Amino acid sequence: MKMPRFPYSRHRHGPPAADTPALQCDGVCVRYPGADRAAVHDITLAVPQGSRVALVGANGAGKSTLLKAAAGLLPLERGSLRVHGSKPGGCCHRVAYLAQRGDLDWRFPITVRRLVLTGRYVHLGWFRRPSRDDDAIVDRVIDLMQIRDLADRRISELSGGQQQRTLLARAMAQEADLLLLDEPMNAVDAKTRQVVADVLRTLSRAGKTIVAATHDTHELRVDFDEVIHLSCGCTDHAGSIDKVAVLNPVDGLTASVTDTP
Amino acid sequence: MNSISAWIIEPFQYSFMEAGFLAMILVGTTCAVLGSYVVLRRMAFIGDAIAHTALPGVVIAYLKGFNLFLGALVAGLVTALGIGWLSKRESVREDTAIGVLFTGMFALGILIISTTHSYRDFSAMLFGDILGVTHGDLLLMAAITAVVLIVIALFYKELELTSVDPSYSAVVGLKADWMRNVLLVLLALAVVSGIQAVGVILTSALLVTPAAAASLLTRNLLRMMILSAVFAVSAGFIGLYASYYKGVASGAAIVLACTGWFAMAFLIHIVMRRHRNSSQG
Repeated sequence: MKMPRFPYSRHRHGPPAADTPALQCDGVCVRYPGADRAAVHDITLAVPQGSRVALVGANGAGKSTLLKAAAGLLPLERGSLRVHGSKPGGCCHRVAYLAQRGDLDWRFPITVRRLVLTGRYVHLGWFRRPSRDDDAIVDRVIDLMQIRDLADRRISELSGGQQQRTLLARAMAQEADLLLLDEPMNAVDAKTRQVVADVLRTLSRAGKTIVAATHDTHELRVDFDEVIHLSCGCTDHAGSIDKVAVLNPVDGLTASVTDTP
Repeated sequence: MNSISAWIIEPFQYSFMEAGFLAMILVGTTCAVLGSYVVLRRMAFIGDAIAHTALPGVVIAYLKGFNLFLGALVAGLVTALGIGWLSKRESVREDTAIGVLFTGMFALGILIISTTHSYRDFSAMLFGDILGVTHGDLLLMAAITAVVLIVIALFYKELELTSVDPSYSAVVGLKADWMRNVLLVLLALAVVSGIQAVGVILTSALLVTPAAAASLLTRNLLRMMILSAVFAVSAGFIGLYASYYKGVASGAAIVLACTGWFAMAFLIHIVMRRHRNSSQG
């Protein structure tokens, strides 16, 4: 499939094919530009549509790298990665990516509402201004994430948990089918944790796919259907979760998806 | 009262003063609006670099009899894109690339000037000559102002998104590099008109100082742009009056007036913060 040259546009790429996984990796190897060694060596996994998957593993295990590659932010060195059947970056409106909070310039003078509205820009493309429908969508997600009282504040005034809810609100405003979330629960307050967990469940019920990198093994059973463990030879121990992928980026350069009882 | 209005009106009887005031409105608006992005995106250093590196362009254009603006524009664009090209390789960091290109180009300009054995012809380039603005210069400045304002209006939401969150904008297919290059081209244009007013050495003051002052007083981008333009244009007027009545160098007076606005804004900012803190606690 030919990649569109300017993917940032209002032109849609058709509905997602029903039979393809939301995210499929085959032997994915990713290296940061300028780095000596690959951050991710060999990842093979498939995330079915509508599932909630947690990527767990220690720092440096490649969780963020894998999400960035799926979002089209990092080029693949080897292997193939498909998002709803397209190359990463090939269907932008369908993939929402929630970076770690440090990636934003929180001092930029913009209101919470306006930042949430930026989630609609991919549907607008060049030169078009947000419509009343876009405003309505923004209002809806602002209520869902319980940030109505913050809507007119500057983003510089937000606490960590409020920042996270704002970013998730933007990801929802994009109405993507696949949400890639990097540490959504990292250092957030109890209220945010509850709101995020509720919203992820609602999204999943609506058929959206969620892939989240997380340190927080605490509530995995409640919040996710499946856990994929990225590490250097460690196996996963969450027995109640159906599938565990044991990935070994350093020693054997192998990855497998195994069923556990 | 009459004497005050006479004092205000007197300079306007000279067409060069009138042209100077008009030029300051155009240059001040262009630099201040664009300067808001320069300040918020921490591009002050690159703005300064583009202004300085315009020197060899202007000098060569002067010696070869081309349009000076064209020379400055070409040099500014070469620098802007050269910095992007050098720092893309990852082996040279951007601020290093700026430091290398900026001083090299400026030195080249000085070297060429020194071969002519006449620094006097070039003092207008180094320090500006707002009172020497011609009709043609005014037309060009007006065109630059129009281009800068229209492009910013057209790409407002893209500039906003790539400024606040470049990685998200890349995910939705909007490359932050494109918008950065758009800004760099606009910067080169703004610098070209700023050089006429305050010269290559001080142009970055028009880009940075009024916007920095405005950023201390408002946290709304549009208001910041307007306030910044008010600061820049009024500083231009103050500089022109100072130059008319006291005979001081106009470019330096304009920049110092900007610095004065900044000092005032900084004081207000501190007082307001104290006041807020004491009313809260």
